[in-house]
Formats: sequence, C-alpha cells, structure tokens
Amino acid sequence: MCLENLLNNMNKQYLQKINVLFKKELMSYFNSPIAYIFIAVFLIVLNWLFFNSFFIIGQADMRNYFILLPWMFLFLVPAITMRSWAEEKRSGTIEFLLTLPINDWQAVLGKFLAALAFLAITLILTLSIPYAISTLGNIDAGPIIGSYVGAIFMGAAYLALGLFISSLTKNQIIAFVMAVAISFIFFFIGNDFIVSTAPQSLAPFLKFLGIGSHFDNIARGVIDTKDIIYYISFIWLFLWLNKEIVALRK
Amino acid sequence: MIRVENLSKKIGETKILDSINFEINDGEILGFLGPNGAGKTTTMKIITGFWTPSSGNIFVNDMNVIDNSLEIRDKLGYLPETVPLYDEMKVYEYLKFIAEIRSVAPEKVKESIKTVINSCGLEKVIKKPIEELSKGYRQRVGLAQAIIHEPDILVLDEPTTGLDPNQIIEIRNLIKEIGKNKTVIFSTHILSEVQATCDRIIIIKNGQITGQGTPAELTQRAGGQEMIYVKIKGPQAIIKNILEQINVIESIIEKDREADDIFGYEIKPRAGIDVREYIANTAMQNNWSILEFSKKSASMEDVFRELTK
Repeated sequence: MCLENLLNNMNKQYLQKINVLFKKELMSYFNSPIAYIFIAVFLIVLNWLFFNSFFIIGQADMRNYFILLPWMFLFLVPAITMRSWAEEKRSGTIEFLLTLPINDWQAVLGKFLAALAFLAITLILTLSIPYAISTLGNIDAGPIIGSYVGAIFMGAAYLALGLFISSLTKNQIIAFVMAVAISFIFFFIGNDFIVSTAPQSLAPFLKFLGIGSHFDNIARGVIDTKDIIYYISFIWLFLWLNKEIVALRK
Repeated sequence: MIRVENLSKKIGETKILDSINFEINDGEILGFLGPNGAGKTTTMKIITGFWTPSSGNIFVNDMNVIDNSLEIRDKLGYLPETVPLYDEMKVYEYLKFIAEIRSVAPEKVKESIKTVINSCGLEKVIKKPIEELSKGYRQRVGLAQAIIHEPDILVLDEPTTGLDPNQIIEIRNLIKEIGKNKTVIFSTHILSEVQATCDRIIIIKNGQITGQGTPAELTQRAGGQEMIYVKIKGPQAIIKNILEQINVIESIIEKDREADDIFGYEIKPRAGIDVREYIANTAMQNNWSILEFSKKSASMEDVFRELTK
C-alpha cells in the first residue's frame, strides 16, 4: 500500500515534469514570430493549392486535400522541429536543461509533445476547409476523420524524425534542410512509382517502410493496426535515437 | 559533503582532468582557482551531471553522481559559465518555469520567486524578456534560477566575469550571503575574489591540483614572508649601500623612482624580525626623509603564479 503510494507519487512527479517542460516548449513556439509566419504560410499555400483545383473538379470532396497534406508536412514539420535541440545546443541552454532534475527521456518527451501540440493546433486551423465544403454539398465524414487521424500519426512520425535530426546539429538551417531531405526519402520510398520499379524482393519492404503509403491506407478510411504499429514504432525509434544522442553529450 | 575521488576526464586523446581528489565540507565556500583550460569547468560539469567522468567518482552526501544523478541534481543549483538562459522568455516566466520543473510545491512557487527577485535585485526587470537584459542582470537571473529551489549546494562557474566592478561586489556579497548556510563551489581567475569570499581554495592546473588550503595557509606557503616598502628622499647613490649594511635586512631592491632624489625600495627582512625601527633610525642618522612606509604580505597573485607556473 505504502509502496503503491510511493510509486504513484513518483509517476505523478515524472509526468508533472514532462508537463512543465511541455508547457514551456509550447509557449516558446508562440513567443517567436516564426511560428505565426509558418502557420500563416502553411494555411495560405494549402488552401490556395487545394481550392485551385477544387472549383475546377467541382466535387464536395477532400481527397485532393489529403494528397497535398503529406507534401505540405514535408516542409511544415521540419520548420517546427529545426529549432528544438539545435538552438539549445547553439545557445548553450542545453547544459542548463540537462542539469535540471529531469532525465533524458523526460526532456525528449517534453519537446516531442510540445511539437505535436503545435502541429495539432495547425491542423485544427485547417478544419475551416471541411467546414466550408460541407456548406457546399454533402461530404462523407468518415474518410475525413480518418484522414485527420492519419495526418496526426504521420505528422508525429515526421516530428520524431525532425527532432532527432535537430539534436545532431547546432545549426537550425542544417536541421531544417536535413529533416526535409530525410523526411522526403521516407515519404518517397513507399511511393507506387518507386515500389513498382524496385526489384521484386524489395518492393513489399519499401512499401512498408514508406511513411506515405501508410497514410494512404488511413486516409482511405481504413484504420489498420499494421499502419498504427508502423507509426508508433517509427516514432519510438527516432525518439529513442534522440534520447541516445542527448545522452552522448560527452 | 562532496567527495571527489580519482576523478579523470578525457575528451578524445586530451586529458582534461588527471585523477584529482578533494573534499568539500558542508557550508563551505570553496574557490576553484586556475588558469583558463585548467579543468575547473570540467569538474563542475561532472559534479552537476552534465558530463560523465572517464574514471573516478564524485560522491555528494555519499550518493554517486553517476547512479544518483537525478537526486543530486535536485539538491544542486548550477550557473554555467556562459549563463545560458532562454532568451525569448520573460524573467518572471522563466523563474516560474524553473521553480515548477525543480518541483517547488505549487503553493510555494510565488513566494520563492518573490524571495529570489528580492535577494537578486530583479524587481525592475521581471516583465522584460531575458534577451533585453544587460550582462549584469543576466548574471543575476542566472543566480536567481540557481537558488530558487533552495539547494544545499551551489555550483557557480565564473559568476563575475564580464561584470563591472560595482556588479562584481554585489554578486560577491550575494554569494557570501547565500554561502552562510549552503555549500558553494565557485570558479574564478580573479584572485582578489577568492581571497575576499572563500573559506578554502583549490588551485588547479593542467587537470591536477597543485595546492589547496585556506587563503591564509596558501599565502604563507608561497613565501609567507612580509616585505617592507619604503620611500625615501635622499642621495640615491648611497642609500642602498647604507641600508644593506643593516644586518637584519636580507635583501633590498630599488622598486620605483618618483623624482631624482625620491626612490622606493622593497626590503626583505630576515625571518621574524621587525626591521622598521632599524630603517627609521638609519634614515634619521643620515638625514633622509621617509615619505612612505608600508608592510606587504605575499599576495594571492604570488601564490597563483607560484602554483601554476
């Protein structure tokens, strides 16, 4: 009983610290004008690209939107994560952060959750699109909800990758460019074009590895455990690598 | 108590710390003195758990810094040399973040922020973003974050570099004040600072400890003897010769020259003998005027040079 209380308390404190760090990280996103600029650019470009073709096709349908989204994420997500560790390393605050009474996992999770919250806020702001379309005609809510769930998972996977890359350098720009490039590789290897030209034996492997192909499944409205497990393992792997890099500080 | 045992640190092939041993007692203010690159910062980074040692151990209250890093960090306040702060945050926000992540009880957070704002003199800047602060204020914010959770041990890496003389004295007094009931380790290469603030000094060079003790002990070791400085008006050509004949004087050096007939001399007496009277009498007999007379004991500077040569 006593031990249970103690464990409970320890857990509470453990999560409490992640929460404090999460709040601070999220606040620091909104303390900087860069965040607003990126959200604005993201929404404008996304809306413009989408509605450009939307009125030509003339269907109350969001399929094209969710085809665009992974491409937009390729740039939005690295922009969110580039600063995270690189700036701490550049300014030296990492020494201060990592001598606080928090362990490396707590630091990594605090940053990841804050980035995820930021991405979620951006996605919530895009809900104006399905709302606008629903006033124009009947839309099928199922695939749209599924696609948003998929977008969160896919975004989280890119975030984990981007945070890991940010922990490798002191330079935000390098972190951004590298994250775009590597995210693109992960996105692209599952693409039908690559998969169909790859050797037979490699094809299923590539298809499984690609971030995009799993998103396509979910966006179709099919939430398969295979895809969820893929995303969770992907996220876990890169958060773990991130933690290892942070622990390597000398 | 902090116990450092055979602590070594290698980065690549360079040995930064070479098997150092020392102890710090509770409530002591310990000054870490050494030339740049001697290993002061490295030792501090290991105590605070940022770096891990290559070999050896540090025990804080019998807890090992490697296995019990988190417990030790809880008891510790740290101000790194570069004073890294989250520039985009406001001072109040920042202190609140520190208080919360350092697990200050929620009902006490406000109070503890108030206490450090008072003791570090931050009233004027609490609403300002940290990036707009002057160097002196940054340093104070750094110090405030290090003490907000009332740690038992305070590790300060060169807390006064880059400050103007008034700020240095303020920070120094603050350290003394805090040090009344805490263990404080701080590094510096300003010699007068350790003399003014520390209970004990450790001098470190090339990763090895070359001397330790109280300021008084160390100055004694580095020559220990007093020097007499005297400025005399009189015929320069013969003064030195005549003074040298006084048999209680071991050596005499012509130190400076104010005018054609006014010179300053540094006199080293034979151990334990007060030579002032002899000098005064000699001057009187020869009709010289003594313009200045002072006693000089070996300074921290001499100790430092001696032990880091």
